[in-house]
Amino acid sequence: MPSLSHLRTLEAESIHILREVAAEFARPVMLYSIGKDSSVMLRLAQKAFYPGRIPFPLLHVDTTYKFKEMIEFRDWYPASIGADLRVYVNREARDAGANPVTLGTAKCCGLLKTRALLNALSEGGYDAAFGGARRDEEKSRAKERIYSFRDQYGQWDPKNQRPELWNVFNSRIDKGQSIRVFPLSNWTELDVWHYIHLENIPVVPLYFAKPRPMVVRGGSLIPPEHNVIPLLPGEAPQMVMCRMRSLGCTPCTGAIRSEAATVPAIIEELLRFRRSERENRIIDHDQEGSMELKKREGYF
Amino acid sequence: MIAAETNRESLSPESLSIDEFLARELNKDLLRFSTAGSVDDGKSTLIGRLLYDARGIYDDQLDSIRKSKVNRSSGAIDFSLLTDGLRAEREQGITIDVAYRYFSTPRRKFIIADTPGHEQYTRNMATGASTAQLAIVLVDARNGVLPQTRRHATISALLGIPRLVLAVNKMDLVDYSREVFEKIRSDFFAFTSDFGFEEIQPIPISALEGENVARRGGQMHWYGGPALLEYLETVPVSEDTRSRPLRFPVQYVIRPDQHFRGYAGQIASGTLRVGDRVAVLPSGQSSRVASITTFDGDMQSAHAPMSVTVTLEDERDISRGDMLTHLDDQPYVSRRFEANLVWMTEDPLAAGRSLLLKHSAQQVSARVHSIESRLDIGTMERKPAATLSLNDIGTVRIDASRPIFFDRYRDNRLTGAFILIDPLTNSTVGAGMIQSAVRRQTVDLGHVTPEERYARNGHGPALLALANGPLALRLERRLFDHGCQVIAAAQGAHTAALYAAGLIVISPSFTGERAIDLNHLPLPGDEEAAVDAIMAYLEQNGILATDRFSSGEGI
Ligand SMILES: Nc1nc2c(ncn2[C@@H]2O[C@H](COP(=O)(O)OP(=O)(O)O)[C@@H](O)[C@H]2O)c(=O)[nH]1
Ligand SMILES: [Mg+2]
Repeated sequence: MPSLSHLRTLEAESIHILREVAAEFARPVMLYSIGKDSSVMLRLAQKAFYPGRIPFPLLHVDTTYKFKEMIEFRDWYPASIGADLRVYVNREARDAGANPVTLGTAKCCGLLKTRALLNALSEGGYDAAFGGARRDEEKSRAKERIYSFRDQYGQWDPKNQRPELWNVFNSRIDKGQSIRVFPLSNWTELDVWHYIHLENIPVVPLYFAKPRPMVVRGGSLIPPEHNVIPLLPGEAPQMVMCRMRSLGCTPCTGAIRSEAATVPAIIEELLRFRRSERENRIIDHDQEGSMELKKREGYF
Repeated sequence: MIAAETNRESLSPESLSIDEFLARELNKDLLRFSTAGSVDDGKSTLIGRLLYDARGIYDDQLDSIRKSKVNRSSGAIDFSLLTDGLRAEREQGITIDVAYRYFSTPRRKFIIADTPGHEQYTRNMATGASTAQLAIVLVDARNGVLPQTRRHATISALLGIPRLVLAVNKMDLVDYSREVFEKIRSDFFAFTSDFGFEEIQPIPISALEGENVARRGGQMHWYGGPALLEYLETVPVSEDTRSRPLRFPVQYVIRPDQHFRGYAGQIASGTLRVGDRVAVLPSGQSSRVASITTFDGDMQSAHAPMSVTVTLEDERDISRGDMLTHLDDQPYVSRRFEANLVWMTEDPLAAGRSLLLKHSAQQVSARVHSIESRLDIGTMERKPAATLSLNDIGTVRIDASRPIFFDRYRDNRLTGAFILIDPLTNSTVGAGMIQSAVRRQTVDLGHVTPEERYARNGHGPALLALANGPLALRLERRLFDHGCQVIAAAQGAHTAALYAAGLIVISPSFTGERAIDLNHLPLPGDEEAAVDAIMAYLEQNGILATDRFSSGEGI
């Protein structure tokens, strides 16, 4: 008999992690970013507690620069499966006009994502927060534990992580400290799409190719939504057959030219790719090791 | 055919449609392996090379390491930068913590844990090795077997990794000499002969040049064995846990309404079928499996390592930490057992220390009854020892405050493993692998003595008089967070009993000679500072053990 397949093994391990956190923490919350990884994580949570409801809320930290389709999806899908979704916006920063062009991406992310996240976690009194990050995404993620300990300021100390052996997780924290938990740590981008295909999990339509208005600048396709990025002389949005490989904020997420309009087509495309999924994320490239720096400060 | 070999593996539309590809993907199994060996033996370089050759690296990632200011290798690409992802690691040119990397070939998926070689980061190496089914132990051909090679091979054996690859690396620096390889091989086999590995595959490689990594190289004609990747693709990963005795630790109870009471958990070993008679530990009651419920529909049977939810025919009082097993093949149930322990914190372990023990879904307080021996890495002998220091490997006896249900680690890697947590710092300080149950001691231990209470609580009893109500609550919180047994309460009939039980009792006023009156201490106005002052005072008076509270940093 063959052993349990690779995907079902990952599934069983992730469910174990979700239940462990629900059992041992007083106030867990699931960070819901609307992307494909969140969709998979949400499905795993449904499975973990079936036929009961998911015993913790979902939290979306909204930078207000998200794509319209993302917000529509967010307002529809979690509610349709009976999940309790909460939205948090750093109003103060947003009202002060925070945006990546004037502030720079690092500072903008710091205010609208990291600061907002930390505020939302402390206001909600959450002691454990699930995130959909995968270790194959980025080099500092590859180093992170499944239970990632954070001090009272939400900060990660990569040089002093707790040992984490077998599937026995240490959930002890002092008051004010918290744990970020990554149930998808061992999934790859291909695993995620394959699982979405296998399980028929709904995802935001932006992942699928169709003609969309884009500003073409060199090799990049910049979405004109929110009009944050100033156009250069002669530039105007034009229709391009394209899709998003990963979803973020409109000013900082480029599209890719693609014909892939179904999940299998996306997987097929993925297999031909020679470039990583975060490459189109402008934010990771600010400086060498920038993801690690942001994580140290409290980012996911 | 698509010309460029693609991300992680090739998909050629003529020969394999996407549906066929996905069907094949679904049938792939998974091999988890870790690296081991001393600093600079080439672990990170090997993994980088393997990923590169197996096309597990994207162009932009490659570009970024090509452009990197750091390159410690003598080649065009410093492959170690592919896994050494932390800034401190790149700056210092070392691996500090485990990096997990992923790749697949048409045959199999792989999860790699690239671990650090420095002795000070042994706990991170153990983290990576704990879930591995195979370890690649690297040895620098110029240096041969080093103490750290021994330590890592020992930890790999203790952690129950069944198979090793002995990768003799940097063969390019010893002219691909067969003699050098054979010498290291026999040294290594000599000291691991009674470690109980199922198989050790020695492979001479050059991680830098890629010799014998993804394919057999041209430099070592005298070597007739497989290249590393060939071996990884074909080595059996069986470890068929589903035919072993059933162990189902109850992790979570699901009760959506009065009609459904399900016990959720991940099957640690064995197979569970609807209609099976099962025993509930620790109560010993039995019942039958009524259903195996999942989101995808009910199942007739389920096996390790699936995560499922089980309902029983009878109402039973079952909660997290309990375990379902078959009636005939039960685990040990005991409060006392002997275990191999890797100690993972600077503060040395001595007998009598009270800690928290987490074992599958159970967390209990426990005491280290005794240290039986410590392994001398130099001579590989077990010698008597009073303490275990950071990274020491020893055998200890543990007394848990409640019985736990376990198997010997060598029989079951999940139900035989536990971690130890320091209740004060919350750090994970030990990784344990149970060897056997210890029979109940026949000598009568008599009444629980104040010394035993002190050892368990980590502090002496006290009656503290403190009239300032808010300050009293703040003090209670601080002591509680320190792991003390403490209560702020009015003086009453049970005060003497609480004191005798070893608690710290805080009341507005106390009479009697044992009371410590804090009301007359010169305390600073700031509450936080006042609590600090009281803590220091309690330390001076021997209520709190000074050494235990100063060990907070540097874990
Ligand atoms: N000549 C040669 N150098 C190597 C080889 N493998 C690794 N090195 C070098 O050895 C040093 C240590 O390698 P690294 O991968 O960081 O070792 P680790 O500490 O075991 O992870 C680096 O300078 C590598 O470039 C090899 O096969 N041949
Ligand atoms: Mg290394």
